[in-house]
Amino acid sequence: MTMPETTKVLPNPRAAEGRQPASPPAAGPRGKVPPRRRPRAWRWTDLAEIAGALGASAALTWMIFGRLLPFRVMPLAYVVLGYVLFLPIYWFVIRDGQGATAAKDRLVTILVATGALFAFAPIVFVVGYVVKRGAEVLRPNFFTETMQIVGPLSKATEGGALHSIIGTLEQLALATAIAVPLGLLTAVYLSEIQGPLARPVRLVADAMTALPSIVAGLFIFSIVIKPHIWLQSGIVGSLALAILMLPTVTIAAEQVLHVVPGGLREAALALGAPYWRSVLMVVLPTARAGLSTAVILGMARVVGETAPVLMTTGGTTVMNLNPFSGHQDNLPLFVFTQIRSSQENQVDRAWAGALVLLAIVLLLFVLARIVGSASPGRRRIRVRRRRGSRTTSDAGGNRS
Amino acid sequence: MTVPEVDQSVAAEAAPAPVGGVLEGVQVSCWFGARKVLEGVDIKMDAGVVTALIGPSGCGKSTFLRTLNRMHELVPIATLAGSVLLDGHDIYGAGLRLTEVRRRIGMVFQKPNPFPAMTIADNVAAGLRLTGRKVRDRDDLVETSLRRAGLWNEVRNRLGAPAGGLSGGQQQRLCIARSLAVSPDVLLMDEPCSALDPTSTRRIEETILELKDQVTIVIVTHNMQQAQRVSQHCAFFLAAEDEPGRVIEQGPTEQIFSDPHDPRTADYVNGRFG
Repeated sequence: MTMPETTKVLPNPRAAEGRQPASPPAAGPRGKVPPRRRPRAWRWTDLAEIAGALGASAALTWMIFGRLLPFRVMPLAYVVLGYVLFLPIYWFVIRDGQGATAAKDRLVTILVATGALFAFAPIVFVVGYVVKRGAEVLRPNFFTETMQIVGPLSKATEGGALHSIIGTLEQLALATAIAVPLGLLTAVYLSEIQGPLARPVRLVADAMTALPSIVAGLFIFSIVIKPHIWLQSGIVGSLALAILMLPTVTIAAEQVLHVVPGGLREAALALGAPYWRSVLMVVLPTARAGLSTAVILGMARVVGETAPVLMTTGGTTVMNLNPFSGHQDNLPLFVFTQIRSSQENQVDRAWAGALVLLAIVLLLFVLARIVGSASPGRRRIRVRRRRGSRTTSDAGGNRS
Repeated sequence: MTVPEVDQSVAAEAAPAPVGGVLEGVQVSCWFGARKVLEGVDIKMDAGVVTALIGPSGCGKSTFLRTLNRMHELVPIATLAGSVLLDGHDIYGAGLRLTEVRRRIGMVFQKPNPFPAMTIADNVAAGLRLTGRKVRDRDDLVETSLRRAGLWNEVRNRLGAPAGGLSGGQQQRLCIARSLAVSPDVLLMDEPCSALDPTSTRRIEETILELKDQVTIVIVTHNMQQAQRVSQHCAFFLAAEDEPGRVIEQGPTEQIFSDPHDPRTADYVNGRFG
């Protein structure tokens, strides 16, 4: 509020600064507005203090390890000791210049930032390493060729994972087609109908999210493949994936349905709607965006699963477009078989597969964010729509 | 008995100008679990008359209103005694279907609640889809309902826009239009203006006065001036401490405000408590 006034009134902030010590700030209506203060902004002196403290601790560390100690230590020890020495040095520097309160504040800031770095580092390393190893051997032919005519000694850039990508997409689609209707219906039962079994069902769904994925694979293996009901194929893998997907979709969808205001249900019922129509025509459409997010989260949950498909899809090096018969491959399985090889080139190829898989998961999550932020809890969508409709109404006003 | 009435309502859909139904509460008592919140309420709400229910908070006005179209029973622990008669038939009896009762006795809520996932026109016509009925000329019904709610001129150019983009007062009138589109005999209004500014409130009151010859209107309000402006019949509810709410006095609005028989009514309408 005051900032624009300040800039308008003061033609030259430096002149005001010069004047300030002589006349203490009397914030009158005209002229003498004190200069802007940004209490939380970083200044060059702050950086200088950090740099100085870092330099001092580095020098001290070097002196201790390089001159005083009679033996050599590993490089990590330098970093650790340097950090440990940096903290008190920095604290003294700040306390000397700005007092104990500021020193404590800075010290905690450094500690918290270090913690954030530690928390963030693993994901950067994992993603960074996969991208680096994958990009080395990822070529366009990776998306157009299969492993059918690729021998164990072929170069890592030869061959491709088209058969695995196709398998992944088909199995994911089938698993979604199985799990999503079941999950949504269960969510409706839990949130809208609230029948007598709602509590045990919710308990089971919660417990199923922690189900080890290999157990899902074993389950399908023993009830479908073992009794020869259906041999190893894409669809059997989809069944195992659907088991894993079901609780994720159910719980996410139930949360979304809970957010739909009760007033809308009452409004629908007060119009004379049967309960099922009010759910179908009011509650579900209102939660549409959130429900799509739930579906995508479920897909992202299973797309990278290896254990269940290991036992159920069979795995192959040739293209099999039909998920209902014959062995089929998919990306996690591709990575698994390639990386177990003793040949360096095959291990390299596995990283390309991992990179593609990572990209697919990332794509799904970005999709979930876009769909979700478009209108999760209706409040945001309402704001956005209000803006949109205001412009349309203005346009209408101009026309008439 | 219900069959000819259904036919009548379908016929009325084409030219919606019904005169409204007579709603009568007979010895209505309500409980939430073991707690009795309302006792022995007898009110007759005549067609062509706006009935106002007034009284301090927590005296059971809204609970009574919700028993009138069977919304009360949506709360799992809610029970009631007595009966509510619509044109002489008990709405809690076996002769009338629950959904039919709610369609014939519409409700406008305290907070405007248009369906956010639908456009303005879809909101108005939502009652048809929700009750599974077809209408020959949907656009005509949308226009007629919006005109009756006094909203047509403001939204005629943006019927396809999302309903969430309307102002609060417009949303509330949209909700009224939505209720009118299923051609109810009675319209219940639960403090319809409490979330609105004075201008929107005046528009709604005008709408009520225009509608009162077509639909029987029952309105709960905390605003004494509003009760005086829109209603012809008035019932004063009051609940003593730890006791269920009762109707202390009812009669023509003019008499309740100018010459109340009960001193508690006089205190309340003159703003000395509540």
